[in-house]
Amino acid sequence: MDPLILSRIQFAANISFHILFPTITIALGWVLLFFKLRFNRTGDEKWMDAYRFWVKVFALSFALGVVSGITMSFQFGTNWPGFMEVVGNVAGPLLAYEIMTAFFLEAAFLGIMLFGFRRVPGWLHTTATALVAFGTTLSAFWILVLNSWMHTPAGFELRDGVVHATDWFAIIFNPSMPYRLVHMLLASGLTVAFLIAGLSALRWIWGDRGAEVRATLRFGAIMGAVLIPMQILAGDFHGLNTLEHQPAKVAAMEGNWETQSRVPLVLFAIPDEEARENRFEVAIPGMASLILKHDFDGVVPGLNDFVTEGGVVEHPPVAPVFFAFRVMVGLGLAMLALSWSALWFMRRKRGIEGLPNVYIYAFAGMAFSGWVATLAGWYVTEIGRQPWLVTGVLTTAESVADVSGGMVLSTLLAYLAVYALLTAAYLGALTYLARKASHGGRTTPDPAPRDAGIEIMTPAE
Amino acid sequence: MMNLFGDPAIWLPFAFAVLMGISILVYVVLDGFDLGVGLLFPFAEADERDRMVASIGPFWDANETWLVMAIGILLVAFPVAHGTILTALYLPVAVMLIGLILRGVAFEFRVKAPTRHRSAWNRAFFAGSLMASLSQGFMLGLYVTGLVITPATIAFGILTALFLTVGYSFIGASWIIAKAEGPLQRKAVGWARGGIWGVLFGIAAISMATPLVSGRIWDKWFSFPSILYLSPLPILSGVLLYLLWRVLQRLPLPGDRWAWAPFTIGTGLFMMAFGGLAYSFYPYVVPERMTIYEAASAPESLIIILVGALIVLPIIAAYSILAYTVFRGKATQLTYY
Repeated sequence: MDPLILSRIQFAANISFHILFPTITIALGWVLLFFKLRFNRTGDEKWMDAYRFWVKVFALSFALGVVSGITMSFQFGTNWPGFMEVVGNVAGPLLAYEIMTAFFLEAAFLGIMLFGFRRVPGWLHTTATALVAFGTTLSAFWILVLNSWMHTPAGFELRDGVVHATDWFAIIFNPSMPYRLVHMLLASGLTVAFLIAGLSALRWIWGDRGAEVRATLRFGAIMGAVLIPMQILAGDFHGLNTLEHQPAKVAAMEGNWETQSRVPLVLFAIPDEEARENRFEVAIPGMASLILKHDFDGVVPGLNDFVTEGGVVEHPPVAPVFFAFRVMVGLGLAMLALSWSALWFMRRKRGIEGLPNVYIYAFAGMAFSGWVATLAGWYVTEIGRQPWLVTGVLTTAESVADVSGGMVLSTLLAYLAVYALLTAAYLGALTYLARKASHGGRTTPDPAPRDAGIEIMTPAE
Repeated sequence: MMNLFGDPAIWLPFAFAVLMGISILVYVVLDGFDLGVGLLFPFAEADERDRMVASIGPFWDANETWLVMAIGILLVAFPVAHGTILTALYLPVAVMLIGLILRGVAFEFRVKAPTRHRSAWNRAFFAGSLMASLSQGFMLGLYVTGLVITPATIAFGILTALFLTVGYSFIGASWIIAKAEGPLQRKAVGWARGGIWGVLFGIAAISMATPLVSGRIWDKWFSFPSILYLSPLPILSGVLLYLLWRVLQRLPLPGDRWAWAPFTIGTGLFMMAFGGLAYSFYPYVVPERMTIYEAASAPESLIIILVGALIVLPIIAAYSILAYTVFRGKATQLTYY
């Protein structure tokens, strides 16, 4: 098989698996700090119970994020040597700063945050929690700077086919960076909000009526309700920014083939790239022009503008971008509807008992909706950048390694097996922790099920 | 600043080669003991396993970050070499990564997943440590024989894979000697005695193979007068090995005296071996094919990283020391509260 497509699938598998876990840890770090500060302020045990439960989820997610991230730093070399050879002068310092400023910070203070509660003064434990949260966010900052630069490169010049940095300010604050960073940080917040609300709802279903689960379900619903309108707004701005810098991507997202005014908003269709038209289209006239240009008569570029005279297609594959975009937006709207109507039912201290039963199940069902929406969003933006790896500078095909297809296929299958196993184990462990917590009431330590008389050294569960 | 030490195209690549060398060495020692503890898992009882994990739990993540640092420097400072080396080592790298993934997540899953799965995650912890150790040793063997795949280099790689794995189990055992007490500590002394030959044969095999593979390295070591001022390296290594042997015969001592000696001496041996390797291969980053000066990134990009590194590395050192201080002493129960 073709090493290029296999390498792409392999990198997509790795990065899709990887992003699941940072998406949780970036925001969960701050949420843990919030729980800890609430406890420091009120002395209410429910906040410490919440901290103890969610710090386990954090530890598990963090470990998965670290090990899956290491894989990618190697795959730059094993599968995509052309990337660093051409843009290494820009990508290198950004990655180096991520490692030096963020990775070591997180890793060193994670130990104190997880296991140091009894060993260090309270203020140092709180500081460690804050530094880990700061580290994960800083890491997101650097990697999104690099990713945004690949979409909208700036501040460089080409000498003998190699990128040389000329203006680091322009590189870091490249045109799409602020939008992408905000969009991703909010996505992380929403993922965590619905995960917290979802697992709390699951514990409620399993009979947990403790103060902790009431507090965390309410917390998740409020966090979701606050963040989702901000995310919709940020997404809109990000879309306008993409229209300016990567119009072909927006055309694929909208399923818009011809450059025209009064572009309809396509709710559903099956884009047919052979016939270069949409089949089974359901659309609202003029709405896409209104959204993208804030004017019914606004002219929006279409896909056919990105096909050369010779018939070479220079726009991304349409269907995956088109569908992934709809999955993301659809989930965003579902999040908006669920969180806002839930808050209405929970108004005036009615709390979780004010919620109709179907809402409890809806929250449980939406526990991992943030994951799906985040993945869909990344597919939109990354597939939407094709055929480029770095827009206008380097194509994906140019940077692939000269290794045989069979070799890539063997490692791809091995990675897929490991990732499937670990995803199942992760979901299993989370539901197990939730079940254990709801049966034991609180998540304080179990009496050790071992022989008496031996000092038990139980590693943190 | 760029011309402070002469031509930046000369001193910058050299500075980064030094940084990369230090990162690899720190990784090999620190994650070496983590992997070693995993390798010794099948020899331990259930309660001993929990204590062994407790002895590395707060550190392993930061330790593994040194691998990211080392590969990051190779990636950012020597991008052309990064591609050449990693495509040549495609399969062993994949085995190592899957090993590191299994090892890292098994840490968490063995205590968070349902209890009936614990023994499966214990096995994954061992298997992951084994895969990572063997593949790192195999890559070391391929690297010193020039990154060419022939039956002879593969055979040599298998040999170094075994030696490094036993060497890691040795440094893991010496870590447990320092961090444990009672029966587990006595057991670890036995493990360390059994692992010492891996260090010995590993160093011997690589010391003999490198000059034989490359005439350049042969001349570097055995021409006069270099042989004279290099002679302390093998002599000192021999002395350290002898000391190590004597200490392990006597441990554990009353009052826990000398408990840190095996780990300290082991670290010294790893440093000697690494120093010898670095001397042999300089100035090549891809053996006999590409020097650090040919592979280096543009000076203006390197200087940006170096400035950051000079500011950040002391801070990293400071909080690493803080973490090791907080969790100093014998490993005890690890709890979240």
